[in-house]
Amino acid sequence: MRISLLLIGTVLLATGCNHGGTTKTLPILGERDTVSTLVDGKTVIDTVYKRIPDFELLNQDSVLITNSLFDGRVYIANFFFTHCPSICPTMQRNLLKVYEKYKHDDRLRFLSHSIDFRHDSPSVLKAYAEKLGVTNQHWQFVTGSKADIYGLADHYMVYTKEDSAVPGGYDHSGYFLLVDPERRIRGAYDGTNDDQLQLLFDDLEILLNEYTP
Amino acid sequence: MRNTCIAIGAALLGLYVTGQSCQSGEAIRTAQYITNGQKIYSMHCQNCHGARGEGLGNLYPPLTDTAFLLSHRQQLACMVKNGISGPMEVDGRVFNTEMPPNPQLAPVEIAYVLTYIGNSFGNKMGIFPQEEVQAVLDNCN
Repeated sequence: MRISLLLIGTVLLATGCNHGGTTKTLPILGERDTVSTLVDGKTVIDTVYKRIPDFELLNQDSVLITNSLFDGRVYIANFFFTHCPSICPTMQRNLLKVYEKYKHDDRLRFLSHSIDFRHDSPSVLKAYAEKLGVTNQHWQFVTGSKADIYGLADHYMVYTKEDSAVPGGYDHSGYFLLVDPERRIRGAYDGTNDDQLQLLFDDLEILLNEYTP
Repeated sequence: MRNTCIAIGAALLGLYVTGQSCQSGEAIRTAQYITNGQKIYSMHCQNCHGARGEGLGNLYPPLTDTAFLLSHRQQLACMVKNGISGPMEVDGRVFNTEMPPNPQLAPVEIAYVLTYIGNSFGNKMGIFPQEEVQAVLDNCN
């Protein structure tokens, strides 16, 4: 009798833990705004979060892609260029580790924007992707006009600038941006830092579970 | 007779001590080159070739192909200084990505970094003395 009481107690405790368990969710990054709307005579205030705007960019197969390619999916975005001698190889080496783990996971995509709009044509991007070891369409490499790409970088909160004084001719920050299916940025990680890469691996699982529990 | 023995003994001891100190002098110099070379490697080479010399896919070749390094010992300094373009076979694969030149590196710095690479990642090439590197650099194509 005493034992069964103990058992019930343990089961209750375990269930309690499950329900009360802290399911961590990621923050929503970027500027936010509020809108007030009148619903049934009452004022309702909603928060409007920063979202990645519509885009149309040329990928490594010379196909125009839009946000619709990422509909319903989480994706990781970054900015680079193929002959970048400084941080890009380290960034892409690290992103490749994430890609290697998730390349067959349909819930996740990868999007690398080239900021070298002069040199990185689709064929250059295609050759780069193949040499890097990208074997399917889940990792997109895109190019566009300077206004398009640099404008998007601002929305992803990534610094990009043409600068003849830096090696390679373009200056930029090496962040990976974790974007949710609602086009909101949920995390930013220094792509050249091993600890930050581990954090991305952890956060990615949290975000994927948020949308596909 | 006894004096001769002592003299020979002293001479042998002297030789031994000199030999030992020479050897450790060389070892110390190599260790210095490797330490300095590691800093230069992390600043100028590691982004592409990796912290463990593993390279990156088929974009950038690994620095673990000891046979390649040994057979190109006389060209390595010029490769670092002037960069490389065109196809090259490393690790049984063909790579064809341009390597940028490093004109800012002094000959002694190239000697440091080659000694680091040549004695890391499974390579055992010994020291690349500054004099050897300078001689190679004087004859770059």
